[in-house]
Amino acid sequence: MQPFSYQRASDVRQAVAAAAKPGAKFIAGGTNLLDLMKLGIERPAHLVDISRLPLAAIAETSDGGLRIGAQVRNSDLAADMRVRTRYPMLARALLAGASAQIRNKATTGGNLLQRTRCPYFYDINMPCNKRTPGSGCAALNGFNRIHAVLGASEACIATHASDMAVAMMALDAIVEIVADGGDTRRVALDDLYQAPGTTPHIETSLRVGELITAVILPPAPPGVQIYRKVRDRASYAFALISVAAVIDMSGGKIRGARLALGGVAPKPWRTPEIERLLAGERGTDVAFQKAADAAMKNARGHGHNDFKIDLAKRTLGRVLTEATS
Amino acid sequence: MTDLPDETGLTRRELLELSVASAALAGTRGWSAEAAPARSAAGDAIETAVTLRINATSYHLTLDPRTSLLDALRHQLALTGSKKGCDHGQCGACTVLVNGRRINACLTLAVMHDGDEITTIEGLANGEALHPLQAAFIKHDGFQCGYCTPGQICSAAGLLSEVKAGWASYATDDLTKSPALSGAEIRERMSGNICRCAAYPNIVAAIIDASGEA
Repeated sequence: MQPFSYQRASDVRQAVAAAAKPGAKFIAGGTNLLDLMKLGIERPAHLVDISRLPLAAIAETSDGGLRIGAQVRNSDLAADMRVRTRYPMLARALLAGASAQIRNKATTGGNLLQRTRCPYFYDINMPCNKRTPGSGCAALNGFNRIHAVLGASEACIATHASDMAVAMMALDAIVEIVADGGDTRRVALDDLYQAPGTTPHIETSLRVGELITAVILPPAPPGVQIYRKVRDRASYAFALISVAAVIDMSGGKIRGARLALGGVAPKPWRTPEIERLLAGERGTDVAFQKAADAAMKNARGHGHNDFKIDLAKRTLGRVLTEATS
Repeated sequence: MTDLPDETGLTRRELLELSVASAALAGTRGWSAEAAPARSAAGDAIETAVTLRINATSYHLTLDPRTSLLDALRHQLALTGSKKGCDHGQCGACTVLVNGRRINACLTLAVMHDGDEITTIEGLANGEALHPLQAAFIKHDGFQCGYCTPGQICSAAGLLSEVKAGWASYATDDLTKSPALSGAEIRERMSGNICRCAAYPNIVAAIIDASGEA
């Protein structure tokens, strides 16, 4: 591991000021960052420890939503009874992620910013445009079973690995960000992430030194919430496909649907086109098949991951059936 | 790393003992795998002072900030009960309790735990009286080679606290209720601890047995 200097920030202002130092990086739970530092993939010269910043509260917002501090640990968020009763899909998504030990460390902000688990990103002997811009993508013609079928580019087909963010995407979460100087801005979670295009090393719209301070959940939407994860092991494995769904039924018809997919794209993948298709439909297999086909219309496999296109459609169908029955 | 003598004529264990004695007495830097003191890109020495509270004892150390909590325990303090398996948070052999919560000691920096209450497998027993989980692992033969066992037991201790606090798991049907401990709950909640000998059925039995008294 490359040597680095270490500093513990005592407040947000100090943290964002320290992040201006060349080669500086924030560390919170550290479960992903340290893993990458051990392998020489992340090489910060200076670590700013933000794990003790006073950002670990979950508070009610005035409109009936929740403001989740960026330092709220995944285990605490999953254990919160307000989350378990009002946002059960988020609690399920959190509990589907990682192990108990890691959830006790991993934070809300860190989870959003975790890096891909593409094995070629992790192998410093292989080309990877995300790790070493311009070096190529070894996954395109490599073993790409876990890779993206939507939203990828010729430069990168890595997926985003978070479960939590998939549920938050379906819940229209807002990310609160503080910049050096103390200015706060808010962006929709969907806008936090950038498409890989020709610059897959740039993953978010965060500017240098900016710090995520909270995630804001709007009031819980009406309807049944489901988070379903399909993976190679029953526990402690990343998603091949996951579906987060809020389905609101009225008089036998779908009044509103919100859906997000995990494991298929470089970011948690919201599907507004099928939400429109489903609105007003009765919960029939034909309607679900049509919606699932539409969701994956632009999907493109790369060989080993071709199965994900069908698996995503079937998982969507299963979730929609469960939500409407 | 082996226990063969190195060029100083000392075995690794003797080196550890020497360095721990000096670290504990004088608060100096202990044995480290790094040959030279760490320097930042600008050439500054970057060692950082930290007080680790481990098993109710305070240790004042000056560490290269790269030192993981696991390496500090094993190399600086000779608390070798916590094991290094994968060093990437995948196997759980390094599990310790920090402020009562189970974490992977390999995936955190020692300097980030200044003042935290850390409990390792060495601190679970009450004197000569084994912790109920330790006794249950022996009774149910919850191990074979034993390498993962300290991590399994510390993890199980964390699990029992989490269940007591009403935390749900992915195996819990009704998220709005406090879950009851079952085999399925234990298997899900212990998925961060791998046992290559596959002592899993006996580990589950030991945890169920200990859950009443732990």
